[in-house]
Amino acid sequence: MFAIIRDLTRYNIEFAIGCVLVGIITLFALASFFAPVGPTMIYVVPPDMPPSLSYWFGTNSRGQDLFWQLSYAFRNTLTFGVMVAAISRIISITVGLLAGYLGGWVDRVLMFFNDIFVSLPIFPILILVYFVLRSNLDMFTLALIMGCLGWPFDARLIRSVSLGLRHREFTRHATFSGMTPRKIMFEEHLPYVMPIVLATAIANMIWSIGMEVTLAVLGFTNLNIPTVGTTLYWANNHSAMIVGVWWWILIPVILIVTLFIGLFLLTVSLNEYIDPRSRLRRMGGA
Amino acid sequence: MTALLDVTAVSKRFAMGGILSRKQTDAVVDVSFTLASGTPEIFTIIGESGSGKTTLARMILGLEDPSDGQIVFEGSSAEERRNAARRLAFMRRVQPVFQNPFEAFNPLKQVERYLEATARTLLGLKDRTAIEDAMDGALQKVGLSYAEIKGRFPHELSGGQLQRVAIARALIPEPALLIADEPVSMVDASLRMSIVNLLRDLRDTFGVSVIYITHDLATAYYISDRIMIMQKGHVVEMGPARPVLETPQHPYSRLLKQSVLSTENAGQGVLEPADRSIARAAWENAGSGRLVEKPDGRMVRE
Amino acid sequence: MADSTDILTVKGLKAYYRMAYFGIDREVRAVDDITLSIRRNEVYGIAGESSSGKTSLIKVLAAAIRPPLEVVDGALTYRFGDIEIDPYKASSEEVNAIRWKHLSYIMQGSMSVLNPVRRIRHSFSDFAFQPMGVDKKTFWERTRAHLERLNLSPDILRAYPHELSGGMRQRVTIALATVCQPEFIIADEPTTALDVVVQKDVLAMIRDVQRQMGSSVVFVTHDMSVHANIADRIGIVYAGRLVEEGPTRTLFTAPKHPYTAHLVGSLPRIGDTTTKAALEGRPPNLADPPSGCRFHPRCPLAIDKCKTEVPPLETVGQSHRSACWRADEVKPLAPVAGQPAQVTP
Repeated sequence: MFAIIRDLTRYNIEFAIGCVLVGIITLFALASFFAPVGPTMIYVVPPDMPPSLSYWFGTNSRGQDLFWQLSYAFRNTLTFGVMVAAISRIISITVGLLAGYLGGWVDRVLMFFNDIFVSLPIFPILILVYFVLRSNLDMFTLALIMGCLGWPFDARLIRSVSLGLRHREFTRHATFSGMTPRKIMFEEHLPYVMPIVLATAIANMIWSIGMEVTLAVLGFTNLNIPTVGTTLYWANNHSAMIVGVWWWILIPVILIVTLFIGLFLLTVSLNEYIDPRSRLRRMGGA
Repeated sequence: MTALLDVTAVSKRFAMGGILSRKQTDAVVDVSFTLASGTPEIFTIIGESGSGKTTLARMILGLEDPSDGQIVFEGSSAEERRNAARRLAFMRRVQPVFQNPFEAFNPLKQVERYLEATARTLLGLKDRTAIEDAMDGALQKVGLSYAEIKGRFPHELSGGQLQRVAIARALIPEPALLIADEPVSMVDASLRMSIVNLLRDLRDTFGVSVIYITHDLATAYYISDRIMIMQKGHVVEMGPARPVLETPQHPYSRLLKQSVLSTENAGQGVLEPADRSIARAAWENAGSGRLVEKPDGRMVRE
Repeated sequence: MADSTDILTVKGLKAYYRMAYFGIDREVRAVDDITLSIRRNEVYGIAGESSSGKTSLIKVLAAAIRPPLEVVDGALTYRFGDIEIDPYKASSEEVNAIRWKHLSYIMQGSMSVLNPVRRIRHSFSDFAFQPMGVDKKTFWERTRAHLERLNLSPDILRAYPHELSGGMRQRVTIALATVCQPEFIIADEPTTALDVVVQKDVLAMIRDVQRQMGSSVVFVTHDMSVHANIADRIGIVYAGRLVEEGPTRTLFTAPKHPYTAHLVGSLPRIGDTTTKAALEGRPPNLADPPSGCRFHPRCPLAIDKCKTEVPPLETVGQSHRSACWRADEVKPLAPVAGQPAQVTP
């Protein structure tokens, strides 16, 4: 795995740019740990100051330094994206591999639930969740719910790969070597699925962050937690564009677009590695 | 004399097509044969694609259930091997070798992993040196050694070597029966005979019975004790290998023999298609008639 | 040795795969210094194992190479009537003008030629109408006549590929490749995927069509028994080099290269119960071939000279060339035709 990442950074320009962009945003988010002010404090600096040397990203109408405010926001947003991706990956790997390898009634039952989740209207459900939980809706709960909704497409993808692997001769060899189904699934088949898992994990992060921004802009999340979405919500709430505080909207938008482009480039370059056989063919051996 | 493998009147039907036009295809029809235990032999199943030879092999391995008839291995049938312990016991006695050596091992894993798993689960070995001894012992039988394949990935070995490693893995639990489905058709010509000779050594030196499945009459003649010729799921001729291949009696067997490309007249430009009347007789009467025993011990469908 | 009766002359041809993938430069010498010529009206067999470079060689001959495979050196000259052309020096219009009309290709998988969702008729008009250069009516008349000559019913033009059996499809692709009466046909393992009974019929068909039209066929397969029945001359390729070339009968009875001797001698035959030995060692890796004679690590006759010096392809008999330092000492491994074979009724 490490060797792949090293080769990719060295020889794939998309991957390198993606790493730099995501790296910048991550560093920016990590800066929040050294913030001089808390994220929820308001009117600590003069409001509506444009970007300058003392306030790099300007200040907003609520008297917060946007640099530190956005640093907190990106920390929360990134953590949220990673949590959703991790939860949904665990579910999709398990469901995909079980359905693909075991087949039969296991496959039918799992794919029945998979199809239900595919057809669920996610957005109304999330709004419903907000109305039920209101201010009890913290980041983790929202991530858990979205993780539980964001797996079915990828589970199908993993299942289709696993179905193909099940009929390969090496799987039969593994069976006649006395390997247990668990060992075959997680040691023989998982490495084949791993590139897909990585690529879809990033795609899933983009999806979940975008969803969170949408919800927050519309006011359907806990607005006291600073995220990219809630930042935009407050900017809207204070009519930032109309009163001329353009940096309150423009800077978070630029940063989130940077993050999305970075993540997208990472997905694209990881797709180069999606077929382990072609990788082997190109890198070594025959 | 007890039977090692007893195949009795086995048939396999597959349902083809969609919901509206469901068709039944007979892959294997009423096949019976017996392998005796104690007298290792190479039993060859010959057939073209669609003859049902691979389906038959899968049924013997327990990967597929017969629609009719029974396959009894050392007194137990497939239904009696439903639980894991019984299946492991079965795998200690019957092992497969497949067609494509390049597909036999996961390209992302070292090949010894499969040998190690076999030694660990089928022989129940725990100790590292005991496992290595078992692996080395099996690899020695196929003309390799553990030192040669230690830490190797599949793409570092040739097709012939990989197929030998695959056979070595199958030999670790010291099985009584090896089922080899077209084991040489994907192996390079210069390495092919090493695999064929190896199968013969397994019978002669280590007392392993082999079911050798192939479409190649020449290698079948070279190593088999008995052969069974299949056409569209039916057995058309069965008996001692050399007499059957030297003087085939069923029209289909004769057609197959005529279709073998001879090298006797190399470069003479003589290339006569098989006798049309034999070909017609072979295909028009496919599957009709019943197996009749002949004085020389062979069975012919007529 | 090139004369005007040769339809194709290849001189010192080198074609390498050059890859720079993720910074690792690789050069695979798939075709390494091959010199040969194909005569008019003959079947020239190319024999070799997997990764011997035989597929790359015929791709180069068919002018169908794509990067990373590239011709590095050497010349390739086709002579069709009064046209003389080197596809790697000519413009792409000139190369396209000879395709199908003079130079055609029979592929291994018939499905890759025949469009699965269109009737066979469309495949014929797509491939052959333009090159034949006649009006529609004459085109279909000639196509029907050609199919009849090959004992195929013209009705198959209305069929879809999936309605035909594998053997029939392969026959249709042969008809398709030969409908313009090309002088040069490249056949890439056309019978490998077929069952034994069908294989013989398809081979007979290729042989017949070649004789009727008097064209030259380059026939590629790893199966020596196929070569024995179809080829007039055989070139044996090992690790990207031509190691022996000669008339089929000569190669089967008196091979002058140990690799050929092995290929011919190790074929099991019905009626022959002698033990056949396998060749030890592994096929060479073209990215890192052995020094000197590339066969030396597996050769029973190898001497020190073989490890360091590359043996040249030298004439050892009547149109028979071999690249071996000890060509005179090579003995056939097994009794072959000419000597009494065992009776097979």
